[in-house]
Amino acid sequence: MRYLPLTPDERRSMLATIGARSIDDLFVDVPEAARLSAPVDLPRFMGEMQVERDLGRLAAKNMTASSVPFFVGAGAYKHHVPASVDHIIQRSEFLTSYTPYQPEIAQGTLQYLFEFQTQVAAITGMDVANASMYDGSTGTGEAVLMAMRVTKRNKAVVSGRLHPHYADVVHTVCGHAGAGMSIEIGGVHPSAPEDLSSRLDANTACVVVQNPDVFGNLADLRVLAEATHAAGALLIVVVTEAVSLGLVMSPGSMGADIVVAEGQSIGVGLQFGGPYVGLFATREKYMRQMPGRLCGRTVDGQGRPGFVLTLSTREQHIRREKATSNICTNSGLMCLAFTIHMTLLGEGGFKRLAQLNHEAACDLADALAELPGVEIPTRSYFNEFTLKLPKPAAGVVSALAKKGVLGGVPASRLYPGDASLENLLIVAATEVNTEECRASFVAALKEVLA
Amino acid sequence: MSMNNQGRPTNIVAGGTDAIVTYTGHRGLMQEEGLSFDRGRSGKWGVDLPEPKNKADRLGGVRRKGEIGLPELSEPEVVRHFVRLSQKNYSIDTGLFPLGSCTMKHNPRLNEKVARFPGFGDIHPLQPQETVQGAWALIDRLAHWLKTLTGMPAVALSPKAGAHGELCGLMAIKAAIEARGEIRRRILVPESAHGTNPATAALIGYTVDTVPATTRGRVDLAALKAKLGPDVAAVMVTNPNTCGLFEDEVLGIADAIHGAGGYFYCDGANYNAIVGRVRPGDLGVDAMHINLHKTFSTPHGGGGPGAGPVVFSEALAPYVPVPFVVAGADGFTNIEQEEDAPAGARPFGRMTAFHGQMGMFTRAMAYMMSHGSDGLRQVAEDAVLNANYILANLKDVMSAPFGDTGPCMHEALFDDEFLKGTGVTTLDFAKALIDEGYHPMTVYFPLVVHGAMLVEPTETESKETLDRFIHAMRSLAAEAKAGNTQGTNRFGGAPYLSPRSRLDETAAARKPVLKWTPPAPKQAAE
Ligand SMILES: Cc1ncc(COP(=O)(O)O)c(C=O)c1O
Repeated sequence: MRYLPLTPDERRSMLATIGARSIDDLFVDVPEAARLSAPVDLPRFMGEMQVERDLGRLAAKNMTASSVPFFVGAGAYKHHVPASVDHIIQRSEFLTSYTPYQPEIAQGTLQYLFEFQTQVAAITGMDVANASMYDGSTGTGEAVLMAMRVTKRNKAVVSGRLHPHYADVVHTVCGHAGAGMSIEIGGVHPSAPEDLSSRLDANTACVVVQNPDVFGNLADLRVLAEATHAAGALLIVVVTEAVSLGLVMSPGSMGADIVVAEGQSIGVGLQFGGPYVGLFATREKYMRQMPGRLCGRTVDGQGRPGFVLTLSTREQHIRREKATSNICTNSGLMCLAFTIHMTLLGEGGFKRLAQLNHEAACDLADALAELPGVEIPTRSYFNEFTLKLPKPAAGVVSALAKKGVLGGVPASRLYPGDASLENLLIVAATEVNTEECRASFVAALKEVLA
Repeated sequence: MSMNNQGRPTNIVAGGTDAIVTYTGHRGLMQEEGLSFDRGRSGKWGVDLPEPKNKADRLGGVRRKGEIGLPELSEPEVVRHFVRLSQKNYSIDTGLFPLGSCTMKHNPRLNEKVARFPGFGDIHPLQPQETVQGAWALIDRLAHWLKTLTGMPAVALSPKAGAHGELCGLMAIKAAIEARGEIRRRILVPESAHGTNPATAALIGYTVDTVPATTRGRVDLAALKAKLGPDVAAVMVTNPNTCGLFEDEVLGIADAIHGAGGYFYCDGANYNAIVGRVRPGDLGVDAMHINLHKTFSTPHGGGGPGAGPVVFSEALAPYVPVPFVVAGADGFTNIEQEEDAPAGARPFGRMTAFHGQMGMFTRAMAYMMSHGSDGLRQVAEDAVLNANYILANLKDVMSAPFGDTGPCMHEALFDDEFLKGTGVTTLDFAKALIDEGYHPMTVYFPLVVHGAMLVEPTETESKETLDRFIHAMRSLAAEAKAGNTQGTNRFGGAPYLSPRSRLDETAAARKPVLKWTPPAPKQAAE
């Protein structure tokens, strides 16, 4: 077996050193009834070529984003990732290192985490950011728990237009977290205004809104922020498309107290849903209530600058049951991918990328609006908007796929059972969509609707 | 005096290499590298993007104004920046990384290649299910392997790491207890448990009740039984445990908790020791997470990502959260909503937005297929053999608190008894190991022994590597006991030969600096 360096002779001599007659002697503590005498019923070992061929066959059955006109979003977006990103994250020293518990020999990891935290704080408009959560959805759950710790209240007011999978994660974690915690979900329909302020009360810990929301609507959150703060609650702003932060006012400047974002769009790629990277930022005064790892600057014995993991008295390995979160392994390598891509973009590139995404969506919306029977209820948006079709969107999406077009996410996949949303299709456009892609989409949709 | 081939002396100046002060701050291949943010805005870009049309926007009046504050660099500068940073890291590809409890084994590059097949890496979690049948097939196959290896009937694949798996397992337990119309508030956790165990239990409102260890480093079964009662929801036992020992009374633990109406959660972080040789399903386990980033070789990536699938017993199988894949006559279906669950299933909710860590699933699958059922069994055997070889070769010079109670499993535990009176601490000892070219073992964990040093070599280390490591450890132990035989402060000031010497963690925590800030306030954003 190519990954196992011990030879049979070495195994024998090592057993002799240990004073064991056979390998079974080392498993004596296992109750006899539970010792397997032979390998379990699974295929035997395979060479590299066989594995590659076999898994290659499975991979070939999937329709890849780059091979077709592609407009699927709703929480994960197709963007171009520069070649150098994937090259650098595969360097052994990054790929095969552990959490930086020994900072003297992990300054590479620690420094990029410090740069990552700085980038995240800058684009969200917040004071401090942590060194990542698993993804945007789990980060949102953590944000709600944090707001409850900070305010010592236990109600969360959640926008109905928060990605329903995110809302489910919040609901699952809060539902199990404590008897008193409750969640109120606001209005869903994308064309009706959602009144979250009226749900605020003396027990409200936080208001959770996504911006742009799951239907693509972009909102000015300043009025909501004021109302939330007046009620003594925290405003949690969720961003599932991190590229939007290059063109849209930062959540921090609109009054957010905690910002959670999915960083997948920058450097990470689609990967069928994971691994992604959760961005988590807040105001300085709440720093010690944050979940997750934090990297801080310090000096070494000779006074040279360096970095360490810090404020770990919040964390599970020190505080155990009193920790702010149970998170241990986070999304380290995806932070690196994010940081490299962001560094390649820089201020100018990041803003330009965002602008190009917005324009791609505007152009697509203009083209689609020409189709008979198609309406666009979304007024303000970044790179994603909602179409109202003359028939159920799920069937339309399947028919489009048969024509080799991946045309978006039917709202019914996210909100099953709500008949009023059945004809809605959530469509995303990014810098990867060419004029030609858009034209193919429009032509295919026209045929499917005819 | 040594000479080079032109006959000139190559000896170092008096005072050794330290006396050479370089003009650049670099020291040969050890390059200093500042923060990207120090470069500021230059107008250089590392990407080429087309000119925008700049027509009227549809942003509804929330267009960003002013500077974000990001630096600007060209591609060569970015690549060099990160390559220089990488060279400050120790990694498993650099050398032995015996970090106990973390299973730092070789990360096969085949896994990386497979995960990057466009058919796995370039597909969207919400594209029509019929367009990703190959992805569901891979997920289904992974589920089959994990269930077969562990002898458990069900698996939840979506948890994103070990701690997330613990959360998933405890939520299923909570749901099962609620379904019986009961409320139970207490979870028993051995004192040797990893910090995530009590943190997870507390996160969802359980009271954590700590169970002491015996002098043999195992759960004290009598003490555990004494704590059982109608309000105990579960025990969380790590097996093999964090002392690197197999809980030989595991069947007794299972019987006791089941007899009291609770469930047996097993922390499977140490599954590498028993994969292919022992099925947790035969031990009475009800739920166990598996860290794919430990046992199944997916890379740790400097802190993640991981993946923490949870296998479940018959009793908990109905509660597996959404989403999950079911096989049907015309292909696979991914069940994404609780309402769509098949008869008998009662999903307790959702752990994460999409289907879990697909990128880790593909890597773990490639790894498992490469080994096969026979190779995986060999993995456990070699992992345990290597750890016992280290234990056998070090216990006479170091102190192994449970070294005389029988073999260890995949990791060997030492304490600081052998350093008593030497002035050398566990931390000093670990830092001295850095100068010897190794990543230190896990230190000060588990908490049940004083000054713990937990050494986990894994099965992917050769005997030569182990012998050299043993030599280094024995030499350091001897010097620590003899007291500065070289007249140096080898331990107290270590490490000396790393890119940075010991870092001031107290200062970092006292006044936290968590991001770069511009040097002069007038440069700040408007
Ligand atoms: C014994 C044990 N339990 C749980 C965990 C947590 O796993 P993860 O870091 O994947 O969340 C770890 C990992 O560090 C561990 O060693």
